Amino acid sequence: MIPIPAFLVLAGILFGIGAVGFLVRRNVLVALMSIELMLNAVNLTFVAFNRAYPRAHVGHTTAFFVIAIAAAEAAVGLAIVLAFFRLRKTVRSDAADILKN
Amino acid sequence: MQQADTLERIYFALCAVLAIAGALGTVASPNPIRGAMSLLFTIIAVAGLYLQLHAPFLAAIQLIVYAGAVVVLFLFVIMLIGPAAVAPRDGRALVPRILAGLATSAVVVTTILVLSKKTFPRPPVLQHGFGSVEAIGEALFTDYLVPFEAISFLLMVAIVGAVAVARGKSTASPAPSDDDAVSGGEA
Repeated sequence: MIPIPAFLVLAGILFGIGAVGFLVRRNVLVALMSIELMLNAVNLTFVAFNRAYPRAHVGHTTAFFVIAIAAAEAAVGLAIVLAFFRLRKTVRSDAADILKN
Repeated sequence: MQQADTLERIYFALCAVLAIAGALGTVASPNPIRGAMSLLFTIIAVAGLYLQLHAPFLAAIQLIVYAGAVVVLFLFVIMLIGPAAVAPRDGRALVPRILAGLATSAVVVTTILVLSKKTFPRPPVLQHGFGSVEAIGEALFTDYLVPFEAISFLLMVAIVGAVAVARGKSTASPAPSDDDAVSGGEA
């Protein structure tokens, strides 16, 4: 079978790509998608650790809750993106500067 | 036995390559529609990895919730926003952004190196029904009943909040000014 660290390393790579994308990209939509990537990577580690220590379904239930919260986060985040777009006619995150100065 | 092992390795490599390629596409593509489709690839690949980790229920949930709902929601919003969803490239604050990216990748690469050195005890043989709908359902409705109910409440609040935020001011108001949109965002 595939050793558990292989899954952890893959999840780390996915998380890194998501984190760098969140920091570097200016498009709010891409930032939200990067967050989804990071949540997916973390879920993968939860499930992989649960495979390594399968006495209870702790990792599976946690991943289940994370998926539910990710769905709620996506809904609210995209609603905020829509409101922001209506306000500023752009999806660039640095246009959100009403509180500046 | 040897052949099954090789097949498993090929399956893992396929899913891993698909996931990483999808993630790179999500982050790098200038067009968010392409990004959403790449995210779909990553999600499907991760669902395949869940199957390999004996989590068929989570794989199904992943496909239904992420591929079926979240990505479609992203696509709807991108299409609502229209051509403006492709934000023009800008070079402002490029150096801090690149530095932030480099610092983050340094941290992540260190973590990955540490993780890859770590050895785990060989995973024990699974009991029958590990990761099945019955097993997780039993866990959810016994040990995790309170978080489960809290999640259902949170989802309802999120739906109401999303509708309230996205709708903005009531449609009866005259041409929306900036103030309208601001107060709509707070509603």
